[in-house]
Amino acid sequence: MMLRRDKKDEEEGASSNPFQGLEKSTVIQEARSFNETPIKPRKCCHTLTKIMYVLNQGEQFGRTEATGTFFAMTKLFQSSDVTLRRMVYLLIKEMADIADDVIIVTSSLTRDMTGKEDLYRAAAIRALCKITDSTMLQAIERFMKQAIVDKVPSVSSAALASSLHIMKQNPEVVRRWVNEVQEAASSDNIMVQYHALGLLHYVRKNDPMAVSKMVSKYTKGGLKSPYATCLLIRISAKLLEKEEYRDASPLVDFIESCLRHKSEMVIYEAAHAIVNMKDTSARELAPAVSVLQLFLSSPKPTLRFAATKTLNKVAMTHPAAVTACNLDLENLITDVNRSIATLAITTLLKTGSESSIDRLMKQIGTFMSDISDEFKVVVVDAVSSLCSKFPRKYTVMMNFLASMLRDDGGYEYKKAIVNSLVGIIEENPEAKEAGLSHLCEFIEDCEHTSLATRILHLLGQEGPRTLNPAKYIRFIYNRVILENAAIRAAAVSSLAKFGAHCEALLPSILVLLERSLLDSDDEVRDRATFYLSVLAENQKALNSAYILNGLSVSVVGLERALHHYTLEPSEQPFDMKTVPLDTQPFGEKKVKSDLGPTSRPAEKASAPTQEIYAEQLAAIPEFAHIGPLFKSSKPAELTESETEYIVRCIKHTFSKHVVFQFDCTNTLNDQQLEEVYVQMDSAEGFEVESVVTAPVLKYNQPGITYTLVQLPEDNTEVSSIFSNTLKYSVKDCDPNTGEADEDGYEDEYVLEDAELTFSDHVQRVMKPNFMASWEEIGDEHELEETFALSAKTLEEAINNIVSFLGMQPCERSDKVPEGKSSHSLYLAGVFRGGVDVLVKSRLALQDTVTMQITVRSTDPEISELITSAVG
Amino acid sequence: MIEASLYTIKAICILDNDGERLISKFYDDTFPTVKEQKEFEKNLFNKTHKANAEIIMLDGLTCVYRSNVDLFFYVIGSSQENELILVSVLNCLYEVTSQILRKNVEKRALFDHLDSVYLAIDEIVDGGIILEADPSSILQRVALRGDDMSEPNFKDTVIWHS
Repeated sequence: MMLRRDKKDEEEGASSNPFQGLEKSTVIQEARSFNETPIKPRKCCHTLTKIMYVLNQGEQFGRTEATGTFFAMTKLFQSSDVTLRRMVYLLIKEMADIADDVIIVTSSLTRDMTGKEDLYRAAAIRALCKITDSTMLQAIERFMKQAIVDKVPSVSSAALASSLHIMKQNPEVVRRWVNEVQEAASSDNIMVQYHALGLLHYVRKNDPMAVSKMVSKYTKGGLKSPYATCLLIRISAKLLEKEEYRDASPLVDFIESCLRHKSEMVIYEAAHAIVNMKDTSARELAPAVSVLQLFLSSPKPTLRFAATKTLNKVAMTHPAAVTACNLDLENLITDVNRSIATLAITTLLKTGSESSIDRLMKQIGTFMSDISDEFKVVVVDAVSSLCSKFPRKYTVMMNFLASMLRDDGGYEYKKAIVNSLVGIIEENPEAKEAGLSHLCEFIEDCEHTSLATRILHLLGQEGPRTLNPAKYIRFIYNRVILENAAIRAAAVSSLAKFGAHCEALLPSILVLLERSLLDSDDEVRDRATFYLSVLAENQKALNSAYILNGLSVSVVGLERALHHYTLEPSEQPFDMKTVPLDTQPFGEKKVKSDLGPTSRPAEKASAPTQEIYAEQLAAIPEFAHIGPLFKSSKPAELTESETEYIVRCIKHTFSKHVVFQFDCTNTLNDQQLEEVYVQMDSAEGFEVESVVTAPVLKYNQPGITYTLVQLPEDNTEVSSIFSNTLKYSVKDCDPNTGEADEDGYEDEYVLEDAELTFSDHVQRVMKPNFMASWEEIGDEHELEETFALSAKTLEEAINNIVSFLGMQPCERSDKVPEGKSSHSLYLAGVFRGGVDVLVKSRLALQDTVTMQITVRSTDPEISELITSAVG
Repeated sequence: MIEASLYTIKAICILDNDGERLISKFYDDTFPTVKEQKEFEKNLFNKTHKANAEIIMLDGLTCVYRSNVDLFFYVIGSSQENELILVSVLNCLYEVTSQILRKNVEKRALFDHLDSVYLAIDEIVDGGIILEADPSSILQRVALRGDDMSEPNFKDTVIWHS
């Protein structure tokens, strides 16, 4: 090893790194020479540098090694060589956390800090504060106060900066130094001023009144440091965010005046603050935008970058304000710094009008090839957001995206493009056919399995419903011949969907599927065999249930239910209805979450949180008999924020019960609550069966109590209001130690009502092919009813219905095309107990909205329940 | 909106022309382990060593940089940080190093004055707080030895590997 390194060094000759390959053991060995007398400053200094280097390279020193070296190092305090002493300070700081007993250097450092040598004092303070823990702090407090107001700037700055570090562990000690800090804030030295202001603000940051006073004092002038001015701008902007200071015009005036400061740093900080303020008016924005515009043509890259980045942000909220800069931004498209160029383009795309898009797209096309994938993704995102803004321009965008798809690029980049194309197809029905053919072309030569399978899935879903489904078959079947097993399997599924949906194509599809019966991969064979036998039956209901719509249970839930079943085998066959449902079937969810801003974030999280709830509830013996969890609601607050106790309620629906989960937090630090539960009172029929109390509720440690309510036998009684009272016994406790008194007393606290509504009994289910399911369920229990709604627009009516019924809108029917006066909404869900429910609702707008709903379900009671619930 | 705080700098790095760490100080736990820090440095170097563009966004951080011959200087802050403040620190770092190395800003010279550069960085930023950004004040505080610049001071001890 040694040999090889030597050889390499020789080869590299003069440019070699003398520290390369330096070993910890060698350095520790060398550190022993610190004990020699007389001390050789040069040699010792070099050894310290080596230790520093080795530490910086990430070598781990053992506790004993570090302590040994540290103690040897303390000998060096005998030398008065300046550089050597300074290196010792540096190493003390570096080793403070890895060596033991570092406080033995306290007295040496205290001596240096109060001594005459200015070169020692500042650095000694910083080293001392690093090794001092809260118990030792008292001893140096006097020196710190002196140092803060020392006339040597470096000493004062060092003391102030160290105080801020100490503040994290021991805020109350530093608070005692506030007078000294205030004195330092009026220092002539600009850095001292900056550090003092920062520390003052930190001390007072939880007291807006004090901050406001401080700001008004310094905004009147007296700050010479650009850093301090920037800090003051930030503090002012923070204050302006608070309600009561919203209209504080002196603050706004101060920030605005900083736009005319002589330092660019301050000008930019002010412009940035104005841009980021909440609800800035166009008039307030104008001066900020115009200084940023000046920066756009600066020779300094950082200034151009900062200005473009900030304008990009403005463009999201006030595109009109940025249009004045469009010319300058266009010049930046060719900037050597590609970050700047990309930011410029995306800003332009946001501000551009419909007419300028063609030109911009052409311009971007010219340099797409020489920017990195990371930036390409940014451009793709900008283009796709443009598509939803100007749907009529989809052809230009789509061609642009398709040509990018043909170019080289990594997975992330291609994924972004595919996501955008899928997004456009879903948003804009006119773009569907063109988009699908672009994607077909892409999978002909696609090296990413996950993208290919995703596109095949989409083709299977959308393709059969286009005007000419036959043209997609060739593309899909090519995959069956040419690709790996995962893609072949996806292609087989896709083909089956064409067969199930288009009767005309069925014979040809059967022939194609038969060829896969002898596939080398068993998954592909299984799928082909399965689909063939289903299709051979030629029954619409079967097609819908097993090919077009599939299972809508949660995969994790299914796994757990099956595992449970195998552990305790019973005579009863496994019941699919006991498996918890997935709010959105697997494939669809993926598409949604990838889509970014257009997806609904709340739904994305629902599946996994419900899994967590299910596990928590299953662990409670009181709930063992009520079966699997069907649905969990979103949490609802039962208290105002900032009250003594904070209680949130989550409703868990089971097939015959509801469990109310109360998450309680005690915000009083001088109280401890015990035996906490919620007493619920409600109408007849909803009986409280049992209560699980939270044994102890300590300050700020959330606890959970449950109340189990049995639902009425009669399924048509679904909604009720519960009045709630929090009951508990209180024990006073010491706020500092958290120790509670022996004796407590009973008390109660009135909470807001909790409401059980229809939607709590229904789980959303996505049916990718709604009409097929509609036929599958049949019209045996169909009910129809007409209502007049109070809504003023179709969108409002749709939102109301969806949230009231708690069902999933399918086929994107919750989006109303612009300018339409009638619309059909398709909803799908499952009622607790596993009853499928489908709702078709036709809405017409004439002054108010009239709605005709048709309900189909497998249980007549449920159909009736829905029609009566809506009324 | 960014918190009004003195903690401005997340890291300072000096890398060589292979992207290897020469001196790096990370002031907060954005990258808690040395392994993660070095991965980030490598990534940063790959993205910056060809384009001399002064500023880049990486992993949600703003990084400003300068280079000369075989040395790359980086100052790293939050993506919401005022970029011009970061640049002011970078310029100070570069200027001070250049003075210490007698305008001879390259790796070999850096190794001869490694101790002074360590001290200088310690004087510029303390635990993430900008302590001083004026090059002449820094040079004064580092207190270079009179003869420090004329004679490479470790010649005699660089025989550690023989």
